[in-house]
Amino acid sequence: MTDRIVHMLVLLVLPPLLIGMINKTKAWFGGRDGPPLLQPYYDLFRLMRKGMVISTSTTWIFRAAPVVTLATVLLAGLLVPISRFHAPIAFTGDLILFAYLLGLARFFTTAAALDTGSPFEGMGAAREVTFACLTEPALFFALLVLAKASGSLTLTQMLHGPVGGFAAATAAPLVLVAIGLFIVILAETCRIPVDDPNTHLELTMIHEVMVLDHSGPLLGVILYASAIKLCILGTVLLHVVAPFTTGQVWLDVPLFVLELLGLTVVIGVVESVMARLQMRHVPYLLIAAMLFCGFGFLLLVR
Amino acid sequence: MINLLNAVLVLVLVLNLFALGTSRILAVIRTVAAQGVLLGVIPLLVHKHLTVPVAMASIAAILLKGMVIPAIMIRALRDAQIRREVEPLIGLLPSIILGALATAFALLVAGQLPLAKQHEGALLVPAAIATVLVGFILLTSRFKALSQVVGYLVLENGIFIFGMLLIEAMPLVVEMGVLLDLFVGVFVICIIVNHINRAFSSMDTRRLVSLKE
Repeated sequence: MTDRIVHMLVLLVLPPLLIGMINKTKAWFGGRDGPPLLQPYYDLFRLMRKGMVISTSTTWIFRAAPVVTLATVLLAGLLVPISRFHAPIAFTGDLILFAYLLGLARFFTTAAALDTGSPFEGMGAAREVTFACLTEPALFFALLVLAKASGSLTLTQMLHGPVGGFAAATAAPLVLVAIGLFIVILAETCRIPVDDPNTHLELTMIHEVMVLDHSGPLLGVILYASAIKLCILGTVLLHVVAPFTTGQVWLDVPLFVLELLGLTVVIGVVESVMARLQMRHVPYLLIAAMLFCGFGFLLLVR
Repeated sequence: MINLLNAVLVLVLVLNLFALGTSRILAVIRTVAAQGVLLGVIPLLVHKHLTVPVAMASIAAILLKGMVIPAIMIRALRDAQIRREVEPLIGLLPSIILGALATAFALLVAGQLPLAKQHEGALLVPAAIATVLVGFILLTSRFKALSQVVGYLVLENGIFIFGMLLIEAMPLVVEMGVLLDLFVGVFVICIIVNHINRAFSSMDTRRLVSLKE
């Protein structure tokens, strides 16, 4: 029971802090003080208190999309084990559900963007779906490698690995998968080499342009959902690259939170030192991610 | 140990693909430098006991491949004042795909080869073949003289990995001789690069066709 409560707490409370940590890292690299670490929480509270303006040309899809996105992302979060705990929901084959819950969230976001009838939002939706065509196979290959390496089709066991750690032969594939997954995280959470979360030029935006028409609480829900997505994808990556435990249950969760914050610092550094790729070069990066994960699989089944 | 070795070799393969996929020559040189440092670590991982020759091979490889040669090339790059491969014979994306196919081919072929007991399970042979093939692709598909030097270095890195299989049988002198040859080769090419640049105001090796007696 306690582990479920801790799982829910981490899943619900931690994500905005991760965004704050990324922003702080970027500010530090830029030589600025930056917004306070808790700014994303303040932003969410501010947005929740606001009224919203809804375009008369939209239908119910526009209003439903953020809620559906949040619900699907939260459900996906329940499938991924946090720290050494078992995930609250686990059954054979839940990796497929996990991948498609993220897909469903994307479908509703893009549908809402198309629903507004704005040409810019349509453009953003087209880009998002195009890039998703490349990140999804990468994610699937990564999950396949983990399934093969652990001999299980349940996310909890896949990510925790077999008892006594992964076999020696899986080290090389797991390195490849870790690189691929990192690129997938950058693409899925709209981070810099792929997309710029701070951009204000509609022509170059991908994710941000799709939510231009959302305001007030709906925008807050969208921001919150994307933070949660960062948290759960980061959790998946951490299980691959840093499967450390202290042996003490009460120390594992703080260690895990620290690892997540470390990952966000890495993302912040990547965002600070890299320029955003040209739009036509983004697919190269994503294909590379797919190749890495695919090669991991090839190495494993060889 | 074989675990760590395979992880390093996979990183070498990843750097191969990265070298194929970037157009900035400076970035490619840095990639190859990183690859050189990784290669320098490999002798320490292949051997169970740390001996003086192994440590020397490792230090020499890291110093030469990771620092001295890249420094010479970056200097030549600065003197020549060019920054990127404008139009390679094979585009960047197709060459990445070719490199990936070469790596897959190497993995499949290496699976068929009979190996000595102590090398089974290690990725040394596939990594060596794949790196040599990627070196070929770089060498043949780029026109700028410096990119071709990078291709040559990657090719040599592949041979170096292959040499790791024989490290117990091959005397240190041979290893050192190869490294010295490599160093001299790159040194000379980088001087030639400057001369090509001065004579043709470009580093495009295709211009060399117009040389007359």
